[in-house]
Amino acid sequence: MADHEHIIIESGDKDQPFNYAIGMHGSKFFKELKERRVFLGIRCPKCKKVYVHPRRVCGECFVEMNDFVEVGPKGRIGTFTILRYAFIDPETGEQKPVPYGYGFIKLDGADTLFQHYISIDDESKVRIGARVEPVFSEEKKGTLKDILYFRIID
Amino acid sequence: MGKRRVAIVGTGQTFHKSHRPDVNGQELIHEAVQSALNDAGMKIGDIDAIVIGNMDHFEGINYVDCWSVDGSGGVMKPIIKLTTGGTTGCTVGIGGYHMVASGIFDKVLVIGWEKNSESDTTGAITTAFDPIWDRLVFAGAISGLAAEAQAYMAKYGATDKDGARVSVRDRKHACNNPHAQLRKEVTIDEVLASPMLADPIHLLDVCPRTDGACAVIMACEGIAEKLTPIPDWIWGTANRHTYTYLNDTAFGGLDSMAEASKELFKKAGIREPRKELDVIELYQPYSFAGIIWIEDMGIVPRGKGAEYIWSGATDMGGELPINPSGGVIACNPIGATGLIRCAEVALQIMGKAEARQVPDVNLGVSTGFGGCFWVDMILHGKNKPAF
Amino acid sequence: MDRAAIIGLGMTRIEANKVRDTFADMAWEAVNKALSDAGMTIDDIDNVVTTSNDFWDGRTISCMAVGDASGAKHKNISCCEGDGTFGAFYGLTRILSGSYGTTLVTAHSKGSESISSLITNASFDPIYDRGLGMDMISASAMQARAYMNRTKTTPEQMALVSVKNHGNAIRNPYAQLPMKITVDDVLKSEMIADPLHKLDCSPVSDGCCAIIIANEDRATKYTKTPVWIKGVSFCSDSFFLGDRDLSQAPSLKAAAKKAYDMAGIKNPGKEIDLAELYDAFSYQELMWLEALGLAGDGKAGKELEDGRYDLGGALPVNASGGLLSGHPVIAAGLIRIAEAVKQIRGDAGKYQADGVRLALAQGLNGLCGQSHCVWILGKDK
Repeated sequence: MADHEHIIIESGDKDQPFNYAIGMHGSKFFKELKERRVFLGIRCPKCKKVYVHPRRVCGECFVEMNDFVEVGPKGRIGTFTILRYAFIDPETGEQKPVPYGYGFIKLDGADTLFQHYISIDDESKVRIGARVEPVFSEEKKGTLKDILYFRIID
Repeated sequence: MGKRRVAIVGTGQTFHKSHRPDVNGQELIHEAVQSALNDAGMKIGDIDAIVIGNMDHFEGINYVDCWSVDGSGGVMKPIIKLTTGGTTGCTVGIGGYHMVASGIFDKVLVIGWEKNSESDTTGAITTAFDPIWDRLVFAGAISGLAAEAQAYMAKYGATDKDGARVSVRDRKHACNNPHAQLRKEVTIDEVLASPMLADPIHLLDVCPRTDGACAVIMACEGIAEKLTPIPDWIWGTANRHTYTYLNDTAFGGLDSMAEASKELFKKAGIREPRKELDVIELYQPYSFAGIIWIEDMGIVPRGKGAEYIWSGATDMGGELPINPSGGVIACNPIGATGLIRCAEVALQIMGKAEARQVPDVNLGVSTGFGGCFWVDMILHGKNKPAF
Repeated sequence: MDRAAIIGLGMTRIEANKVRDTFADMAWEAVNKALSDAGMTIDDIDNVVTTSNDFWDGRTISCMAVGDASGAKHKNISCCEGDGTFGAFYGLTRILSGSYGTTLVTAHSKGSESISSLITNASFDPIYDRGLGMDMISASAMQARAYMNRTKTTPEQMALVSVKNHGNAIRNPYAQLPMKITVDDVLKSEMIADPLHKLDCSPVSDGCCAIIIANEDRATKYTKTPVWIKGVSFCSDSFFLGDRDLSQAPSLKAAAKKAYDMAGIKNPGKEIDLAELYDAFSYQELMWLEALGLAGDGKAGKELEDGRYDLGGALPVNASGGLLSGHPVIAAGLIRIAEAVKQIRGDAGKYQADGVRLALAQGLNGLCGQSHCVWILGKDK
């Protein structure tokens, strides 16, 4: 395991703040995302399944994984929904702007789905199987917000 | 299978409402406990141990097993908290079973409760998911469920009208249940016209937010028969918490239900659940689940759920009534909900279900759902199980 | 009670801040160590009980984080919210019920990820008490004062618990705070909440522990000599601090009595060879000893001074260093069980006590030890 920067994510909660440890597998994902705008998955040595996001243990086989593979950046919508009801985001304490597209995306080369926003500029195009690509942020923070959303490409 | 038989000998529920500002949490719990003790003809002194569950962040209280003792009757008793999110109500039922079956306790009080009005339900549910990977986009339970419905509909051609038929069934059933929160029928058109929350889930497809508590008393063979004429025997329990991360979920079918029911029915020697079961109380947080998850349970083949529902088979009077209580769509105090399913099947077996009684109930299943598409299940029977 | 035994154990090191580890990483480590210790694979595990706390983890369904790492995928699994001793109790009932032959029990927390006083403040009743801003330390300070008042236990005697336990930790490679200190060092350390000095208090810690329980049949099928569960019980006192006599621990007394009866123990003070107790604070070790009947009432401080509870004494207490040397909440009680098992096996290395045939492990939930769980473990069936 290459040594790299430790990352903590702060909960932003004023009342009961948390520093959540990301773990070294997740940390590597964010490093690559930040520096090279590349998505990493991890392959199980036993069942060969490629998991996104990368994590230490294949739950199916109960073995440790270390084989990182590049996946995406393009993919297809695995499933999705369009959120229309207003609710308070617990991470910010603010109302989440709705409607927004919530996608579970199968990045090329991955066997599991990756959650992120889907642009709903043209709702008719948002369907299971639609091809998508990520739109990255200007800022490079090393968090999921480095991706602004996924957009449908024909 | 266990060696020592266990039965439910009494149940109690509050009259569930969207808000119960007239009681604090301890008092809410106490109502259900007292009701269960009365039902079983017992006093709190007869109880050997207590199992309690709820979802902490809904009430914002840490160490609820300790905090609740005045309401639960736990002072100078063994009390333990089991909690697994939405499945909690069923989890505590399973816990009560093992506590009695172990031989260490003879009579155990099981409590599930929630005062959802005391917090932001969606916010709290969102914090159930992984803070690094899942919370950014997630919008509470509805978002994950909507994604499931989308995946199923794309594969099997189901429509939101099919979902609405499930809501219509359960809301009608709830009119027979004095404990249910929502006791007004709805029509298919009304469901489809209600506000869209997350495609394809409309407001009337989904459960409300409720304050409520439920208590169930379990006793061992030898004592159960003395306490009640028709004990509800626990034939078996099974559960699967298959997924750790939401994005690992295989959307469009409920893997944990499929695996758990397979195990449960195999252990009990049930080959054709559709024929052999008499009633199901399904933890069904939204309408489409009523179509999808009965396929996973093996009641009907994959893709045939909607047809079965439309045939009326799962309505009162049908061959296999589902949710005679009105289910989760009519009432959802989350930590209690799974236990209410258990209590409702007990009432059916014991012949105490009054206006919502299904005739000749010998075998019934109650389920819990929650977390990362997890399922807990209990099989109940009128006769003693064979082991 | 049918026979059941503990046949495997594993734990992470107890550290102040495992910044590189998620909860799942810690669980993976502890679970694999336990499997390896027992000579088992995950397929030999029939069901799993995890133990965690939503507030400490900052996560509403805290058990979700450790599913894959605990081998949960295709197994029956449940979760206890409370100390590891309670989770282990439930794991035991799932075996005694005849439903499963082996149970894997895990317990974890990472105190480093949050502010502990905010977490423990949340255990207070929101209507009456929480606004007072108390936390576990301030509440325990009140209990310490009540206990000292009733028994005339001195600050020096309390400090001696800390000296003993930090000293014992020097021989335990897993402990967070091995320290060679004196009574004077403790009394001179910063006063946190009178009468509790900094060295009277356990630290904030990260850690995870896993044990494997088996029924009589399966217990002898794997590598290690089983350690038999002779008696277990738990019991809760009232909740509101004002409803209790904080100087006493009636729920611990009641739980202990039941556990001793199950184990056929008539004179615990003489029959128990070693104890691993929940010393979240120095005074607690003394208080719990008395409630357990292992020390004369009000006499624990004096008996400690006489050397009774030292590693070489008649009843070694917290030979591992206890919680004063490292306190990962939730895992804490399960670690007490694991340490007791090590001692009975003769596996405790440099802190091994002599001739341990019968040991006691204790865990607790809630403020000022409201709810206790007592385990009696034995070498003989």
